[in-house]
Amino acid sequence: MNIFSILEEIEKVDPEMNERFSPRRDAIKNLTSFGSKVALASLPFALGSLLNKAYGQTTVGDVNGTLNFALKLEYLESAFYNTAIATPGLIPAAELANFQIIAAHENAHVAFLKSVLGTAAVVQTTQGTNGTYDWTAGGTLPNYFATKDYATFLIVANAFEDTGVRAYKGQAPNVIGNQVVLTAALSIHSVEARHASHIRTVRRTLASSTSPKSWITGANDTGFAGIAANYAGEDNTSQGGVDLTTLINPTTNAKFTTTALTEAFDEPLTYAQVLPLVSPFGVK
Amino acid sequence: MENLKKDDDLLVEESGTLDAKMERRSFLRYAGVGAAGVGMLAVAACKKHSDDSVTATAAIDVGGGDIGVLNYAYALEQLEAAFYIKVVASPYTGMTAAETQAFTDIRDHEILHREFLKAALGTSAIPSLGVNFSSIDFTSKAAVLAAAKGFEDTGVSAYNGVAYIMTNPAYLTLAGKIVSVEARHAAFIRDMISYGSFADTTVVDSTNALDLTRKPSQVLPIVAVYLTTSISANLLP
Repeated sequence: MNIFSILEEIEKVDPEMNERFSPRRDAIKNLTSFGSKVALASLPFALGSLLNKAYGQTTVGDVNGTLNFALKLEYLESAFYNTAIATPGLIPAAELANFQIIAAHENAHVAFLKSVLGTAAVVQTTQGTNGTYDWTAGGTLPNYFATKDYATFLIVANAFEDTGVRAYKGQAPNVIGNQVVLTAALSIHSVEARHASHIRTVRRTLASSTSPKSWITGANDTGFAGIAANYAGEDNTSQGGVDLTTLINPTTNAKFTTTALTEAFDEPLTYAQVLPLVSPFGVK
Repeated sequence: MENLKKDDDLLVEESGTLDAKMERRSFLRYAGVGAAGVGMLAVAACKKHSDDSVTATAAIDVGGGDIGVLNYAYALEQLEAAFYIKVVASPYTGMTAAETQAFTDIRDHEILHREFLKAALGTSAIPSLGVNFSSIDFTSKAAVLAAAKGFEDTGVSAYNGVAYIMTNPAYLTLAGKIVSVEARHAAFIRDMISYGSFADTTVVDSTNALDLTRKPSQVLPIVAVYLTTSISANLLP
């Protein structure tokens, strides 16, 4: 990726002028209004309900709303990891450097989104109580920072990362065709997925267990019922109108396991689904 | 088909000072040609211009627009699936039970991505591609992990680098559902190779913490070494 050319693009941004970002999309739309209908009609995907689906409070083309939603989630994650690495005795020495990497990424995502949004960026102190989050989520979680409860901290980290992946995925259609913003959002999205994978590996190693896997199995494989809502729908076995349970694995000459069907695809969450998951911590 | 070919040639000649890819794409869309037709058309065009083209042999073109992106993804998933099928079928020396399970999981994920895309694309799907992994020593853990890391990181960068041209939100979401699983694989493999390298600065830029992106024109030369079927993405960036 040429970061410099992206930054040049971003410097030119007037966030209200979404269309400026997507010359290619405009060109495609303008040139092919007839042809695209023909192409769509010939596709085997089941589209109807998906095309009409509302993607939460943020709406298609609302670049600022989408980016501010992302920024609020990054503020949360950033504060979470900054608190963690500043809490002596919480993270074992052997793992500290890795959480410093993750914290640095979340801090960089905050700075990046703020730079893109400019004056439209939501201010951090609007979140929580004057910018301070409730890490117990209104008392539903133990105070893992105070008690240096590493296992619980990891469960929350696991949930934050997986939920972040789901949230970015759910927002992607809102910035469709927007080369700079969509590409940046997807590039954050996959970094969060890398984090999630690593944190799951940390949890597996800590528990000397085969679970959780680095990928999401079924609906809530975290071993913690309190975050089941964060994984709602991850047990989906139908994609784009294809019922995956009918597919045959040519290598085994048998149907795929349900486990594999759910692991192979991560599922999106809408704004309306994500907000109740993070508002107990103070995201507004 | 004969008419289309003539028009296509005309268009290519006219597009010297314009964005040739966009011109051809818009023409193909207007003509209502499906992806399967696009591949044939590209071949026809190549034959016609074989004197000034380095890809005179009949490459399979993935096509343009959303279907082109999905066929491009289908090509990459075919390659990944074939690789992991071989990894599981001929395990490297010292593969543990946990590693066997993980590679079986990843194999099945990639086969599912392949089979899903094939089913979803239907008659628009490109053919099955031939693969050649003779450059990989499947008995060596280091060699297999290095190749796996390459496939996963390349896959992530490929999805991230082409998604912006998609116009259909349902297809974009489907690509998103797959790419984050590839990123999970990538981080897992990287941690196996060097613990803590799950998102190091070779794939995540140190300023903005964004994952690397690659355009199809950057990805295809990387994967070409493992393919015996020549593929092109002349209508993609």
